[in-house]
Amino acid sequence: MTKHTDTIPETRRRMLGAGSLTISMVGAICFCIILFWVVIALVGPWLAPYPIGKIVSMDVFTSPSRDYLLGTDYLGRDMLSRIILGARYTVGVSIAAAFIACTIGVALGMISAVLGGWFDTIVSRGIDALIAIPHLMFGLVIIAAIGSSLPVLVGTLAFLYFPGSFRIARALAVNINELDFVQVAKARGEGFFYTVREEILPNMIGPVLADFGLRFVFIVLLLSGLSFLGLGVQPPNADWGALVRENVSGLAYGAPAVIMPSLAIASLTISVNLAIDNLPRRLRDRLP
Amino acid sequence: MITRMIMARLGVAVLTLLIVSVVVFVATNMLPGDVAQIVLGQAATPEAVAGLRKAMHLDQPAVLRYIFWLGGMMTGNPGTSLVNDVPIVTLIGGRLHNTLLLAAVTAAFSVPIALTLGITAAMWRNTLYDRLVSFATIAVVSVPEFMVATIAVLIFAVHLHWFPALSFANDVHSLGELLRVFAMPVISLSFVVSAQMIRMTRAALIDTLGQPFVEMARLKGAGRVRSVLTHALPNAIGPIANAVALSLSYLLGGVIIIETIFNYPGIAKLMVDGVATRDMPLIQTCAMIFCFGYLALVTVADICAILANPRLRYK
Repeated sequence: MTKHTDTIPETRRRMLGAGSLTISMVGAICFCIILFWVVIALVGPWLAPYPIGKIVSMDVFTSPSRDYLLGTDYLGRDMLSRIILGARYTVGVSIAAAFIACTIGVALGMISAVLGGWFDTIVSRGIDALIAIPHLMFGLVIIAAIGSSLPVLVGTLAFLYFPGSFRIARALAVNINELDFVQVAKARGEGFFYTVREEILPNMIGPVLADFGLRFVFIVLLLSGLSFLGLGVQPPNADWGALVRENVSGLAYGAPAVIMPSLAIASLTISVNLAIDNLPRRLRDRLP
Repeated sequence: MITRMIMARLGVAVLTLLIVSVVVFVATNMLPGDVAQIVLGQAATPEAVAGLRKAMHLDQPAVLRYIFWLGGMMTGNPGTSLVNDVPIVTLIGGRLHNTLLLAAVTAAFSVPIALTLGITAAMWRNTLYDRLVSFATIAVVSVPEFMVATIAVLIFAVHLHWFPALSFANDVHSLGELLRVFAMPVISLSFVVSAQMIRMTRAALIDTLGQPFVEMARLKGAGRVRSVLTHALPNAIGPIANAVALSLSYLLGGVIIIETIFNYPGIAKLMVDGVATRDMPLIQTCAMIFCFGYLALVTVADICAILANPRLRYK
């Protein structure tokens, strides 16, 4: 799939210089939001005001009040506690899957680019075919075949998103591989793994990190989608997608229990997207 | 030259579909459990299980089963449902046109709007208008489809009372009812697809605007609108057609969520229900239909790009 990124010419960028302070402000706010959710995911159980499965109120789908800051859900459970504990699943599973996807994709992409030849051709063609599989649909197929559990979810998400990571890493590595310093390293007899690790990887780390962020967003969205269909994180635990599913019957009354988990997802994914957009260009596009 | 490239692209598409079918087959046969045992339940006699295994070709090696399965798929005989013994062709036949109708109406609705917004955003680039459009699209792209749908329901159904919150397309008698049934799914799906399309159209046009001949037009004194519409746009048709086809492939992911939320009787809902009952033949068939649709759109996108590049015509 082709991704178009806007390229701003050098002169234009200088002209935008005055606005760069506000842009990095946006970036800083986004980083704070991301950090906030990561911290919540780590220390959630100590922060949640009520136990996750406890029915605390006789009223269901209530509006926010002093006792229940985000209202209650369809069983009368505290929404705030459920969202705090849901952060563990959404953030944790997604980071794990994105990390595995990027590690496999980048490693394979670099090896493919440096080796070239028939290995590169076969791997690239195979990956092209994998990219042609609609993600959510294939997630359904795997969950239907093996059932849903956390390892299966992480594995499925990683499998679905490593091809994209491979493509970007390979394209970057092919360019870097042609540069003089790589050729020099090869000429002075450096081994294959040294070349990949010391010469190529450090020079593509910026775009790879940006790609990690994008993949994380895709994975959060897909995980939420699967959970929303009831095929992701299973009850009584719930990630943010599952929280929306549980409470969707409150939609007709405009219950906050439906909106709040969606807002949590949106705050995380929009922040990551904007944070990547506002990374210093030197870091993001560190291309030869 | 150009015919050969298109033939090659179609060849790649067929090959890809074959690989995808292998992946789907392997994924659906990964579970070590015995399907015959699952179908007949725990109380079945060993003879009955053995008989069914033979009837379902489960005693054959995996490669042979794959060939049987693929042959069945291609001859339009993907088998019968494990749950209620209805031929899968019957199950899908009743639903496929619902999904296609939803997709067609969404496309007819969103393509003109998305193209207009994308082109005007590129035309008035870096203005407040462009920033607003860009922020709105990045926001829609970054949130899950079900959130777009729930917000659409909150606005149009709960607050404005224009449409019912949930639609059932079972008994549609008049145009008015048809509109009401379609409204919410189409609106939600259009948002999802348009956002992607606006972003890609804008990016494609901006790519073209950066080229020397557009600069030349500007230097000769052509205004902003003229340089975009008569100089840049004709040259960006290829990338834009590519963007439209690729964005429409997002329909396939979106339609699964949207049909489930709105209880719309299409094949995506059928597939999600199939996952709940683990009806493997049904899931396999729906999966292949989805992969086929997706691949068809991506291939059309690539062919548009080939056709629109005049340099390829004389190579």
